[in-house]
Amino acid sequence: MAKVSVSSVFCKGCGLCVDACPETIMALDMETITDHGYHPAVCIDNDKCTGCISCATICPDVAITIER
Amino acid sequence: MAKVLMKGNEALAEGAIRAGCRHFFGYPITPQSELAAYMAKRMPKIGGTYLQAESEVSAINMVYGASAAGVRVMTSSSSPGVSLKGEGISYLIGADLPCLIVNVERSGPGLGGIQPSQGDYWMSTRATGHGDGHVLVLAPNSVQEMADFAAKAFELGDRFRMPAMILADGLLGQMMEPVELPEELDLADLPEKPWALTGTKLEREHHIANSLAMEPQDLEDMVLSRRERYRLIKATEQKCEQIMVDDAEVVVVAFGAASRIALSAVNAAREQGIKAGLIRPITLWPYPVDAVKAAAQHAKAFLSVEFSTGQMVEDVRLAVNGKCPVNFFGHTGGIVPDPSEALEAIKLSLERADSGEDFEILPFESKLGLDGSFGKPQAYAERTA
Amino acid sequence: MATFDKQKYLYKRPHALADVVTNYCPGCTHGIVQRLVCEVLDELDIEGDTIGVCPVGCSVTAYDFYNCDMAQAAHGRAPAVATGIKRALPDKVVFTYQGDGDFASIGTAESIHIAARGEKVTTIFINNAIYGMTGGQMAPTSLPGQVTQTSPYGRDVAYSGYPIRVCEMMQSLDGVAFMERVTVDTPSHIRKAKKAIKKAFQYQLEGLGFSLIEVVATCPTNWGMTPQAAFKWMEENMIPYYPLGNFVDVKAEATEEAK
Repeated sequence: MAKVSVSSVFCKGCGLCVDACPETIMALDMETITDHGYHPAVCIDNDKCTGCISCATICPDVAITIER
Repeated sequence: MAKVLMKGNEALAEGAIRAGCRHFFGYPITPQSELAAYMAKRMPKIGGTYLQAESEVSAINMVYGASAAGVRVMTSSSSPGVSLKGEGISYLIGADLPCLIVNVERSGPGLGGIQPSQGDYWMSTRATGHGDGHVLVLAPNSVQEMADFAAKAFELGDRFRMPAMILADGLLGQMMEPVELPEELDLADLPEKPWALTGTKLEREHHIANSLAMEPQDLEDMVLSRRERYRLIKATEQKCEQIMVDDAEVVVVAFGAASRIALSAVNAAREQGIKAGLIRPITLWPYPVDAVKAAAQHAKAFLSVEFSTGQMVEDVRLAVNGKCPVNFFGHTGGIVPDPSEALEAIKLSLERADSGEDFEILPFESKLGLDGSFGKPQAYAERTA
Repeated sequence: MATFDKQKYLYKRPHALADVVTNYCPGCTHGIVQRLVCEVLDELDIEGDTIGVCPVGCSVTAYDFYNCDMAQAAHGRAPAVATGIKRALPDKVVFTYQGDGDFASIGTAESIHIAARGEKVTTIFINNAIYGMTGGQMAPTSLPGQVTQTSPYGRDVAYSGYPIRVCEMMQSLDGVAFMERVTVDTPSHIRKAKKAIKKAFQYQLEGLGFSLIEVVATCPTNWGMTPQAAFKWMEENMIPYYPLGNFVDVKAEATEEAK
């Protein structure tokens, strides 16, 4: 169990975290557009998060913070 | 202090060390190699850096790094090598980084020759590289001044945060004269550089050495703030030596080794009753405009004597601003003019002062050929027809 | 130690990384590698004693992205600038971060000679086979047949020569203490890359000589692909030409000889 939060300031909607997540619980939020004009990534089911930090590991814009 | 017999190149190196320079990055090139060799011998003994870079391009960029780290650093080269350093010098200007660049000029263009020249005057004072920007330029004319000017160059460079260049030539670099070596500066007395890249220690904001500004207004502000410094330098740092100028009718202007030849000619002219004088620029940038302007109030003509096809003559013309003719005499190709040739040019300058026209003399053959065809284009055509 | 509070976080932005949105395109590997460098600066606790040198290229404004002191160098000259800094401040940590045009084209002489000198500097070399900042021109590492702005019909080696394998080329230089080619297309590759980057900095700290990490990377925008497709193209085309692995490790070699 971990809390994944994606910063809408840094996220550029590249989707690499979506592919990297083994639990497939990362997705691009198609309902939202950030100030920079991107669809930000979002963790759609924190309960399933195992804390493997793959999403943060591959994030080129260091937009993902993961709390225990 | 006792005098020591030293080569110009070595005197300059020793002067730089005594001015607190502990980092030298260079590359072999005639006629400056003795300077680098001297540094290679001395620096390791005093805990300094002597590094022979893979090229002059690398050397100037090593200077950029060391200067950004806050130390007194220098490089030396000769004409073609200084051309290669052009971009690096522009970066140093753009990042407000002080350093010493020595150019022991050789004849050009291209590989040219290895004999003395002043053909890099424009390159040094107008545009060492791309973009708006200048470097300070000092021109020694003796081995003593070769030893003394490093300290002055470093001091000005540090004070105004910009590169300083010593413009010498193969003659000054290779000749030997007695010299009184300057005082050794204590490294602790070197000026503080709070802006240097020394590591934040996590105790301060980071420092950046940079010349890039993606926003045009930011870049304009950077360039204009530098321009303010240049205006201050022009107002306060002009330096030249004046000999018998006050009552001179023909004022000769010459720097570096050429000024010694010009002085012989001026003295010879005086012996023949001709009122000649010499203005010897010591700072080439900022150019001693004030001294030339003052002399232009009473002079009938000016004569610029250079080891080139005439470059500084344009600065003289700018300062004289049409008040009277500003003539040129010089050799290029590495030929060192003879005082008697300069004397003839002084006489011609006086003779033709009222014509209001400038003339230039570039004797095409070494013999004096003083049959009046000295420098007249049509005479040359007839002579070679 | 300047890393984040491990009790509270599993992952957080490294301290050495400035809180600035970078100019890198979405999905660009520059962002990953730059983050790894910052994580290493944190973990080795050297940010306060580090001076970085950024080149001309997509990472030219990286002086805004690192919190350590930074110098911006002329195109290709970062190794020379780094040498000047290191000689002036031998006890500081110095790194350069350069692209393929910077390191393997205009700055090739600087690259070879900093390695030959065994300068105690660490270089992170991003090989994405294209000039990114200037809009996608052919690079010294562009592959045979690769289409770019300046090889519109595909790179013809008979016409414009062969791509350069930098690690293999520099392997003969005795000044190199550590040299490894890595990539960052998957979390496991990224962890390996970070390990190599950390070792490179450690070899510098131990004064063993020059360390070089070549990162086989992507340029989605100028390759005209999505970040995901770019990694796929890289895996299928670049990795075979630029095989991953360690090329020089003086400490491993020393223990080898000792046996």
